[in-house]
Amino acid sequence: MKYICLGYIDPKKWETMSESERNAFIDECFAYDDVLRKNGHFVDGEALQGPQNATTLRFRNGKVSVTDGPYAETKEQLGGILILEAKDLNHAIQLMSKHPGVRGGDFEIRPTEDLTQLVRESSERRRSISK
Amino acid sequence: MRADEAEPVREMVDAVYRAESRRVLATLIRLLGDFDLAEEALHDAFRAALEQWPRDGVPANPRAWLVSTGRFKAIDGMRRRARFETLDKDAAEMIVASDDPATWGSEDIQDDRLRLIFTCCHPALPPDAQVALTLREVCGLTTEEIARAFITAPPTLAQRIVRAKVKIRDAGIPYEVPSQADLPDRLESVLRVIYLVFNEGYSASSGASVTRHDLSGEAIRLGRLLIELLPEPEAMGLLAMMLLQESRRVARTSPAGDLILLGDQDRSLWSRDQIIEGLALVERALSSRRFGPYTLQAAIAAVHAEATDAAATDWSQIVGLYDVLERAAPSPVVGLNRAVAVAMRDGPSAGLALIDAILARGDLADYHLAHSARADLCRRLGRRAEARASYERALALTRQEPERRFLERRLAELQI
Repeated sequence: MKYICLGYIDPKKWETMSESERNAFIDECFAYDDVLRKNGHFVDGEALQGPQNATTLRFRNGKVSVTDGPYAETKEQLGGILILEAKDLNHAIQLMSKHPGVRGGDFEIRPTEDLTQLVRESSERRRSISK
Repeated sequence: MRADEAEPVREMVDAVYRAESRRVLATLIRLLGDFDLAEEALHDAFRAALEQWPRDGVPANPRAWLVSTGRFKAIDGMRRRARFETLDKDAAEMIVASDDPATWGSEDIQDDRLRLIFTCCHPALPPDAQVALTLREVCGLTTEEIARAFITAPPTLAQRIVRAKVKIRDAGIPYEVPSQADLPDRLESVLRVIYLVFNEGYSASSGASVTRHDLSGEAIRLGRLLIELLPEPEAMGLLAMMLLQESRRVARTSPAGDLILLGDQDRSLWSRDQIIEGLALVERALSSRRFGPYTLQAAIAAVHAEATDAAATDWSQIVGLYDVLERAAPSPVVGLNRAVAVAMRDGPSAGLALIDAILARGDLADYHLAHSARADLCRRLGRRAEARASYERALALTRQEPERRFLERRLAELQI
């Protein structure tokens, strides 16, 4: 199964770390990512820039409004995502519990949704309209 | 078979249902990979037994017969539905291909029950859903029975169970006993569920009676099943604690349903059988040297159980055990109980100082037992106004009828 792991961090906590602490932390995280990659568990992953660089689109009163900032103004912010290939939830929990990143902030593990059926139905609907 | 011979077979099927239905269900969940399919298959299998056993006789191994019949019915149903949906067909063929009747042996079936327990108590499920699902699937209680026990509307409870099953399927919660490395954490979650069920039975959080024997009885059954399958020291400690607490059940309420405190109980009413079994389990758990908070709580209950009358209670030993417990699993409630034990050992003012410190931290400000304990110590010190204020606070917070009557009685005594 595929799981998306959302990694949360507290930017304040990040800023208060010394450079050597930060480097050590990053190195550990990347080293573990390599282990995941080598074993075929790391499907993909991206880090996110800080929430100050976030833009949120909302649909309000019939139009899209653009606001500065992240979706939720909370202490912890989404810092990156990792797409994980695991046998089941216990396996995903085992793999991510060993990720050094969990010491820097919470992980949320979500199974991916299989949209095959939805895609098929939708394309059939669209085909029948265009006929 | 004549009609008068069919009746004993029906009784036999009922008896097999009571004894085997949870085991058969646990195995069917593994074979079919789905809770709902397995439940349907279980009922189909018993329906078939009711039809066939009176005619063909009871099979030599009813459990294996039920598993194989249930599995066959499920595959049959999937193949019939498969005429309309290709997905179901694949699933049916996968079940046929993957499974080997040789794995239906007794060892695997034991494991299946353990798999079921660990799946129902998975920490990725909300705690109230873990409790409901365990009572439903492992204990076989009906949704209505669970709803009544927890004073919840049956539709709410049913929805909780449905959502939990959907999460098990869609989030990929596996049907397995956790690996050795994960076992301590995961066992904790199982023990917590059993403890929650027991606690609700031992001291109902609301309602008309002090205890709910049905729930504490289920918790003890679960505890026994768990140590039969997985004899871990803390599981023994939990079972010991439940047995020792339960041994006092009859003595804890008067015939009119009023609360009787530990010191005032008629100890001849305590169940000797449960005490003997509980004490033996505490010994075993303690001697493992791998025990934790449940075993320590059992050890405290054991000190009470061994005292022939209230005055003979070894309060020093109890305080000592609370000291260890507070280091192992610190919590304000443990602190409160330790304070009460200190009051018994060193006098009410020593206990009162500790309770006031706990309340000053604000931890237990809304916990009725903290205020009633404080009230009792004030009463014994002759500080009547303070005692009254604390009894009134406790009275405002309790949601259980017998406790309310007890607190009102104490208040009335203070008015004189």
